Amino acid sequence: MKKIKIVLAKPGLDGHDQGAKVVARALMDAGFEVIYTGLRQTPEAIARIALDEDADVIALSSMAGSHLPICKKLKPLLEQAGLADKLWVIGGNLPAQDHDALRALGFKGIFPSSSKLDDIINYIRTNAP
Amino acid sequence: MKPKDLPEKELRPVVNESGIEVKPLYTAADVEASGGAGMIGLPGEYPFARGIHPTMYRKQPWTMRQYTGFGNAADTNQRFHYLIANGQTGLNVAFDLPTQCGMDSDDPQAEGEVGRVGMAVDTLRDFEIAFEGVDLERITVSLTINGAAAILIAMYLAMAEKRGYDLTKLRGTAQNDILKEFVGRGTWVYPVEPSIRLVGDTIEYCAKHAPKYSPVSVCGYHIRESGADPAQEMAYAFCIAKAYADDVIRRGLPVDEFAGRLSFNFNCFGNLFEQVAKFRAGRSLWAKIMKEQYHAAKPGSMWLRMIAGGGGGGLTFEQPELNIVRGAYYALICALSGTQTMALCCFDEAYTIPSEYAQRISLRTMQMLIEEMGLTDTVDPLGGSYYVETLTNQMRARMEAIMAEVDAQGGIVKLIAEGAIQAKVSAQAYRHQRDVDAGTFRKVGVNCYRTEDKTPEMEFHPYKDEDARAQVQALDKVRAERDAARVQAALARVQADARSGANLMPAIMDAVKAYASVGEITNELVGVFGRFREPVRF
Repeated sequence: MKKIKIVLAKPGLDGHDQGAKVVARALMDAGFEVIYTGLRQTPEAIARIALDEDADVIALSSMAGSHLPICKKLKPLLEQAGLADKLWVIGGNLPAQDHDALRALGFKGIFPSSSKLDDIINYIRTNAP
Repeated sequence: MKPKDLPEKELRPVVNESGIEVKPLYTAADVEASGGAGMIGLPGEYPFARGIHPTMYRKQPWTMRQYTGFGNAADTNQRFHYLIANGQTGLNVAFDLPTQCGMDSDDPQAEGEVGRVGMAVDTLRDFEIAFEGVDLERITVSLTINGAAAILIAMYLAMAEKRGYDLTKLRGTAQNDILKEFVGRGTWVYPVEPSIRLVGDTIEYCAKHAPKYSPVSVCGYHIRESGADPAQEMAYAFCIAKAYADDVIRRGLPVDEFAGRLSFNFNCFGNLFEQVAKFRAGRSLWAKIMKEQYHAAKPGSMWLRMIAGGGGGGLTFEQPELNIVRGAYYALICALSGTQTMALCCFDEAYTIPSEYAQRISLRTMQMLIEEMGLTDTVDPLGGSYYVETLTNQMRARMEAIMAEVDAQGGIVKLIAEGAIQAKVSAQAYRHQRDVDAGTFRKVGVNCYRTEDKTPEMEFHPYKDEDARAQVQALDKVRAERDAARVQAALARVQADARSGANLMPAIMDAVKAYASVGEITNELVGVFGRFREPVRF
């Protein structure tokens, strides 16, 4: 069976990558293929990498509060790249009051601080296209 | 009961985070077996394990310096005055991410980030506004800035000079520890080698022109947050500090002319005794390194002067009000450890920019230790404890072993440039998270003693897009009003000095005084140095 392929990105200028790297390792240990982009990815770069890599899952990690403006910019770019049917997930410092807005922007999996690694893994296994 | 009489085999084994086995009882024999009492000494005397000053807090309590900054300079100035009015004795400035990454507020990449996690700074004008009404002799200022540190140090010195302060007497600190940014925190701009040169330029320049200013605060803090254990935290910080010292010494500056202004920044969460031992061990190890390896003669060159506190990695999203209690224990650890300056993460910090209310609680926490708990009466109150002295010896040995391992592998600069330190600590962070998820590493409120009861509502810090627009308009206004020819000439000199290898600080000082912006100066340097390419290893 083909491995589920995940592009995990750090969008914007936020440099807090401990969480993203921990999640990347957990996803690899769970048998997924993970492409971690490193820091400071623009929405354009994330859409391009996801397309080039033929990702099944586009995952973002955001700790510095700019998740909504970033997801607003990323949504049309992912759609234009033909990635609307892929699974979009986001984790990090995401206040509960923003979750509906994130869902409306197409980010179905939302994993705020305190999420468990196994919950993230199970969600992706169940929901990846 | 003698130790040999204890039924030790029946007791649960305890190993601290630094990998040291913890016994149920310690005696003088353990101190002896761990290396003896030779490194204890007296406070104010080499090797300074017990404190860098003879009377420590009895003479003057630690400086209280909560990390603060958001929106524009006027917003931040208001919070500064609030904290000073509430008894804070220093300032610790948070900058927004565009500033930290060397971008102006109108840079396309800055969209959505201007003024969000700190104060937006574009030109000297922002510094003039931010520190309005702050007495810079009474209140020392620490700038938490790294990638853009040379520019912001220049802005601070230029602002102080403009207000009539004598730079030879001006105190203050910049974080300016770029090597740790490559390991954790991530606000790098240039590749590793020119980044170290810029740190060296600031140290050399300040030694000559602002000799009381601390141009670098070497951070174990963020390396710990990235997954390092407490012994690694301090050992890696010392390796990094040595890399900066080596760069400055290669320029011909004698060690005693700059080492006294090197300072440090450490974390404090975790096991109380391990933390106290870490600080005491680190103090004596740094003194030993400066004396034996660098042949420093002045005691001040051997002092491990530090800010300690924070503790972000120990605070929890769950039951956030428990972070008030954790913060109090962390403050106690720092006070027992003889730090010069203290800052605490606020209880709401896992959620948002701290509110005034949360900041005040952190401040009162420190003030309670001073006013009610007797933490400033006696120096190094845990000194002489069999346990603490044994652990101090063991922690020092662990740190020395880690430093030797780094050297054997080619040195800290190489290991960071390749991403090897990053990969090592990130692997540890993953194992730690697995242990927390499995409940084998206990966190109250997270994997034990959870509650379904409602916790207090968080007050979220507002972010207003119109503030970002106002910041861009203010930048446009400065650009329109400044002397364009003077700016162009100053920027050309920055580029020329970057190429020639001259110390960049005089040119950067000229540029900031001409109101050149953070982004403009950074772009000149990027044109010569290029940008760092992150080795993605984890």
